[in-house]
Amino acid sequence: MVRIMAKRRVRFTFPEQLITEPLIYNLGRNFEIITNIRRANVQERVGWVVLELEGDEDEIDRGLEWMTEAGVRVDPIIGDLIEG
Amino acid sequence: MSNVKSLRCRECGSDYPVEPQYVCDFCFGPLEVSYDYDAVARVISRERITKGPLTMWRYHDLLPVDAEMALDMNTGFTPLIRAKNLGRLLGLNNLYIKNDSVNPTFSFKDRVVSVASAKALEFEFDTLACASTGNLAGSVSAHGAKAGMPTMVFFPSDLERGKILGAGIYGATLVAVDGTYDQVNRLCSELADNHRWAFVNINMRPFYSEGSKTLAYEVAEQLGWRAPDACVVPGASGSLFTKIYKGLNELADLGLIDSAAHTKMHIAQAEGCSPIVTAYDEDTPHVRPVTPDTIAKSLAIGNPADGFYSIQTIERSGGSAVAAPEDEVVEGIQLLAETEGIFTETAGGVVISGLRKLAQSGKIRPDDLTVAYITGNGLKTQEVVEPIIDPVFTTPAYDDFMTNMAAREERNGKNNG
Repeated sequence: MVRIMAKRRVRFTFPEQLITEPLIYNLGRNFEIITNIRRANVQERVGWVVLELEGDEDEIDRGLEWMTEAGVRVDPIIGDLIEG
Repeated sequence: MSNVKSLRCRECGSDYPVEPQYVCDFCFGPLEVSYDYDAVARVISRERITKGPLTMWRYHDLLPVDAEMALDMNTGFTPLIRAKNLGRLLGLNNLYIKNDSVNPTFSFKDRVVSVASAKALEFEFDTLACASTGNLAGSVSAHGAKAGMPTMVFFPSDLERGKILGAGIYGATLVAVDGTYDQVNRLCSELADNHRWAFVNINMRPFYSEGSKTLAYEVAEQLGWRAPDACVVPGASGSLFTKIYKGLNELADLGLIDSAAHTKMHIAQAEGCSPIVTAYDEDTPHVRPVTPDTIAKSLAIGNPADGFYSIQTIERSGGSAVAAPEDEVVEGIQLLAETEGIFTETAGGVVISGLRKLAQSGKIRPDDLTVAYITGNGLKTQEVVEPIIDPVFTTPAYDDFMTNMAAREERNGKNNG
């Protein structure tokens, strides 16, 4: 079976208490996802990372669900898409 | 020919050809239209502009669309009104209201959609589309109708019926997505990547947002070619706010106005969704996303795309960010209606309530030439003002009328007392 690899660009925002956790490392270890960081800013109270994820579509979904459950906010890279 | 040079990444400065692309391939930063200002300077003049149509397209030299491709629905050149009554109440001697609620679909969104839909035609897209909960949906649907393009509007299925109506009437396909806000976001992002559909606020975003600059050009022209001392602008994604400042600076750089260096940019958000105000208060450029909980639905963007650039605009201009308490939004709407006869939606209520706070705190001084931007029409959010409407009920008999009228006056007197 040929597996279709998907790429997804996302932005993770970390709350203060998770900034020091190696969550992106664990995302790559716990799931078959390649993480490719393009831009980031991590400060004392807030941190965000813009990155591309590559892997099986369902695996990316599972990985992002795991990140969300861990308390990380996952957004499209250009912010909210729905406007008033 | 338009004077566009390239699309440029706002983060790393990489240049890209003028195509429907919105993100930098290298750093994933947002792309912005970059102009050949020397070419603009050679043709543009106050005289050329004033000879143009009485719409936003009189400034086409500074828009990313060829003049002959403009999709002109008579958007723009909306009234700039000297607000003496409201000014007196707030202690502002030079207050103006830019009333952009009188555009073809009753909000400023017609400006951005006008540019995005013209560009969509130029790029030969199949379909015009957007993800919206109100104003944008109506504007995209109307422009799709005018352009003769099939139109798709996406929104979460629990959206109020009245808001869906304002888009459906123009013949757009309405897609009510059974899912959370985030799931609708995700779907639209995927559709934009995989179809020849022009999502005005996603893959057309660099062009779309340029339309907002016309709100700066018009105000400067209507003031007799000068920039205001202070602008108060509603804040959702932050795009409108940053583009108004960009527009003023373009005019100054081209010598059409003296300077915009004295203009202080103030952004107003509703307290229930004020991530930009929070970042400003905490003195950080990084805007932390929030989950919106506000009656100002048209400003309910928890993760603003231009949040970071809004903070930059505040810093560069010496302005500020102000949050309108939720219970003062309706008060703001009422205040503008009762003093100037302008009925605005909740976003306008946020602006007026924010303006009052800025005047009280001294961030706007009494003699500053101040422009408050009113971007949407009150008929769109009638439900929020319903409770304050209090007619006198009476029979046709003269005595009854006098009695009921007196009773109401007594009631009001008591309420006020």
